[in-house]
Amino acid sequence: MGKVSLAHGSGGVETSLLFRQLILNHLPDWMKTLNNGLGLDFPDDSAAIPVPGGYVVTTIDSYTVSPIFFPGGDLGKLAAAGTLNDILMLGGKPVAVLDAIVVEEGTDMADLYRVVNSMISVLREEGVRLMGGDIKVMPSRQLDGILITTSGIGFASKLIVDKNIKPGDKIIITGNIGDHGAAILAAQQKIQTDEFRSDVAPLTRLMIPLIESFSDSIHAARDPTRGGVAMALNDWARSSDTTIVIYESELPIREPVVNLCEMMGIDPLSLASEGTALLAVHPDQADQVISLLHELGYREAKAIGEAREKTSSLGLVVLKTVIGGARILEPPSGEIVPRIC
Amino acid sequence: MEYSGDLRTLTKTVFRDGVLASEIVKLIRGYWDLLRSNGIEEVKIMNFCGTHEYTSTHYGIRSILPRGVTLIAGPGCPVCITPSFYVESAVKLALEGLTVYTYGDSYRLPAVKEIEGCKSLSDARMMGADVRVVYSFLDAAKDAAKHTNPSTFLAVGFETTCPAYASALASGLVPNNLTLIMAGRLTPPAARFAVERVGTVSGVIAPGHVSTITGAGVWRFLPEEYRIPTVVAGFEPIDVLIAVALILRQMVEGDTRLMIEYSRTVTMEGNTRAKRVLSQVFDIVDAAWRGIGFIENSGYALKENFREHDAFEQNGMKEPSWEEWSHDLLPGCICGQVILGAAKPTDCRLFMKGCTPGTPYGPCMVSAEGACSIWARMGGREAVAEVP
Repeated sequence: MGKVSLAHGSGGVETSLLFRQLILNHLPDWMKTLNNGLGLDFPDDSAAIPVPGGYVVTTIDSYTVSPIFFPGGDLGKLAAAGTLNDILMLGGKPVAVLDAIVVEEGTDMADLYRVVNSMISVLREEGVRLMGGDIKVMPSRQLDGILITTSGIGFASKLIVDKNIKPGDKIIITGNIGDHGAAILAAQQKIQTDEFRSDVAPLTRLMIPLIESFSDSIHAARDPTRGGVAMALNDWARSSDTTIVIYESELPIREPVVNLCEMMGIDPLSLASEGTALLAVHPDQADQVISLLHELGYREAKAIGEAREKTSSLGLVVLKTVIGGARILEPPSGEIVPRIC
Repeated sequence: MEYSGDLRTLTKTVFRDGVLASEIVKLIRGYWDLLRSNGIEEVKIMNFCGTHEYTSTHYGIRSILPRGVTLIAGPGCPVCITPSFYVESAVKLALEGLTVYTYGDSYRLPAVKEIEGCKSLSDARMMGADVRVVYSFLDAAKDAAKHTNPSTFLAVGFETTCPAYASALASGLVPNNLTLIMAGRLTPPAARFAVERVGTVSGVIAPGHVSTITGAGVWRFLPEEYRIPTVVAGFEPIDVLIAVALILRQMVEGDTRLMIEYSRTVTMEGNTRAKRVLSQVFDIVDAAWRGIGFIENSGYALKENFREHDAFEQNGMKEPSWEEWSHDLLPGCICGQVILGAAKPTDCRLFMKGCTPGTPYGPCMVSAEGACSIWARMGGREAVAEVP
């Protein structure tokens, strides 16, 4: 069966395949379906259990990042924001979080305090309870620093589900692409500059007003974390059975991020964002949604493409390039390797 | 369109301008119509360099060229053509306890033969060997100077990468405990081999960065001996489109010659300092290319006075000779033909089945500059029909 590689965890094609072969294929139907709710039969940001008046939305995620502290955030902020965002992207309002912290023996106590304080302060600002958790210590070198798992619970009166994307829907991005991934990459390469800053942040102030004003027009929402915009759009096209067309000239990517990616031979569309959302919106309301996003402070928000009827001559996601060419936007595959010349 | 930003941004804006691109495509279509009226049915242009293949695929250039004008890949990916034998030697030395340095993509390059269950340096590291990925040879030299462990560097690369090895060796910056597995290669002999082998190449987009070192003059043999229009081009989409237009124009006018499109960095003479240090440190020898075999005068070998840094000499190993060389691709892998532009990545039965960027089977799926990897990651697997 071979060995587990880093590619299996990078959020691209290999991760999806492992998920299907390791887990999904071993579940009888009743284990993955939730009548009138959302289970593993339609993998999305979170799962949803129907209750009177709406849905209980729940999710779980493990967070590990190297370095633990990076420009714009740290592991604790990531662990809180990431899980809150998964709830929000399904149309839920986060209510509470559970955490599990695993620490390597010998870790600086000050670092552990700083990370956990950061997680707690995000939850406090968001008015989300921390209802329980666990702390474990692993012997030295059996873990690299700190690993945090958080599980979130929220409530949604209406679900926003990927498979509801319709041909004609505008694809909107709420901020710059790849800022988190670029900040981590730059920190790992010890690039000394203040040009890279993670966008990690909870998206509550974005999603709650959107849900309140446009609950019928927002057909899908996703925070493009691991695997980036490329993976998110491929997932969307597959689950909604549409072709998604994206215009390269419209993509908001900051210049330093473009340059870093060119230097390293990496596609910025496969870099993670941690405080940015992709939305699929009914075309009639797209402009209003973008105006609201601008008012809310998401000034980079813009339409980057649209969903179309699927045709056999087009791939799942097609990217119109700046020079007027077209190519398939592939889901990311493999681990990120730097180029040599 | 409106232009704004710093100089770098402005330059990129110009070289990726959609309006400019469509104007050049109009010219290309005009030349193509003239060629077709003269009975020419297909024009095959080899974009020699892996980075040109990247530009062609990434910007969807094939989708805007007229049907009949095709861009084919060439041998310009140093990792793809590094013989398996060197990888096997590096793995063997790593397992024997040497510290082995290399670049990120050669780190994952799979060999044909397994050494104690390891097919690549990345496997060897999983088995506990000391393999370190670096960004430059100087980083390795600095790191090796900090410890006394015998070390070696899997030194792949073309004329662009090899001056770094040469100048470090010539300036005495390489510590005594660091040797090189010298896998450096010269591109012009491979271009000659490729056009002879493929036979139907109508034009060559010659490598821009290699030519900054060698000078564009090294490509003169293509128009002079083979009557192939040749344009040394830069790596932005506008560069590639201009090169295609220039090649077609030469065909229309029947005026076959060498042109420099990338005149913002390339001269006919090249970088004389780099050329001097290369000739000070290296002899030029017949050398093997992966999946292809030996090509005359296509390899760099350390000169006599640098032999204390020769990994083979220092570790009692020997390079295989022309007669001893054996085919070094795994069964089913057609990288040898992909490299020569004789097959497309999608012609391979293993493409995106048994061979993916996550689990590469052949060498062209490993490097960011390998044609198979570029097609896999950048959506070259099908030509995208015009988007309505």
